[in-house]
Amino acid sequence: MKSTAFIFLSCLLMAPLAAEEAYLPWRVDNFAITQPLGGLRGDAARGREIVASRERGNCISCHLLPIPEHPRHGTLAPPLFGVGARLSAGELRLRVVDEKLINPATIMPAFYRDPARYNRPHPDYATTILSAQEVEDVVAYLVTLR
Amino acid sequence: MKSVVCAVLLLLPAPLLAWDKPVSGYAYLPEQMQAMQDDEFENPGIYAVEEGSALFHAPGYNGRSCAGCHGDNGSRLDPKAIARYPVYSAVHQGPLTLQQRINDCRERHLDEFPHTYDEPELITLETYVRHLARGEQVNVDVSGPLKPWYDSGKALYHTRIGQLDMSCHHCHDRYVDLRLRDQVLNQGHSNAFPALRMQTGAISSLHGKFRDCYATLRALPYEVGSEEFIALEVYLNARGNGLPIETPGIRR
Repeated sequence: MKSTAFIFLSCLLMAPLAAEEAYLPWRVDNFAITQPLGGLRGDAARGREIVASRERGNCISCHLLPIPEHPRHGTLAPPLFGVGARLSAGELRLRVVDEKLINPATIMPAFYRDPARYNRPHPDYATTILSAQEVEDVVAYLVTLR
Repeated sequence: MKSVVCAVLLLLPAPLLAWDKPVSGYAYLPEQMQAMQDDEFENPGIYAVEEGSALFHAPGYNGRSCAGCHGDNGSRLDPKAIARYPVYSAVHQGPLTLQQRINDCRERHLDEFPHTYDEPELITLETYVRHLARGEQVNVDVSGPLKPWYDSGKALYHTRIGQLDMSCHHCHDRYVDLRLRDQVLNQGHSNAFPALRMQTGAISSLHGKFRDCYATLRALPYEVGSEEFIALEVYLNARGNGLPIETPGIRR
């Protein structure tokens, strides 16, 4: 009986931890992250949704992208037409993960940076902006822009 | 030859500001909203001014009223003095915002309990008093004792915060006139505040707007009336020196 209660209580305690995936390390080689995060495989269709969604990637708030069903795209960052032809998947991954490693003065948020390094994050947002899977989805989508 | 050109380009000071002359957020509003702000009958912010006027003329705890000293309709208040806030106060050994000044005055001369910062009644009074200086040019002197607060406000303005890891400077200095989705970025001046926000349909104080910005960047905001936000107010008001006061302005 006692042990059942113990297991039940520890499940309760573990629940919030299990909901948040662990932050996965990544390595930069020659201005690219060649290995997919966590060895995950991205899905371009899902990536396209994340790029357009206000809550997740919200890329189109700054970049012009070939997503015509959304009427107004931002103009403060470079258009991304043909970006898949200019940059490799690894180079794109680095730019999504942490553009500040390329341009330290950039306005672009790092979508997969160690949350411990944020300055004054709101407690509701003390995680990476995108999950590792979402980063891979976005990269898979950007690669298709040729 | 090419390398010489590159070297010269590197020596040029980077254009950190996209603007050299302050332009009010008014210029970035759609025409209907500009017309709404200009027309005293259309501008819903005037309700707050009317309410503030009632408070200004109402007797306080000891029976005296703001109007008792400052004249009916604030006739003895100098718009030029209102435009100088925040000012340095020797008593407080620091900056004093217009709202703090009003709160202080109520406590000392009307025997009222002081309000906490940004209490609705205080924002209403601030709106009324600042409205009296509508059209007056913002004129904050930061060459003297306010300089340290100006500097720390400026540092805060340039500090990256929150999950999005951007600073105020990124949007309101570097990318002014460009579009974030369908919204053109303005220079982020404070001359319209307290202002009527279209998003909420209510009057918002400047510190309330700061908290909103922090939430947008998914950052943990400071408290209204905190040392940090007061320093930011000193910096922002001085940064917009020369702009006409528009209280109550209309903003998104």
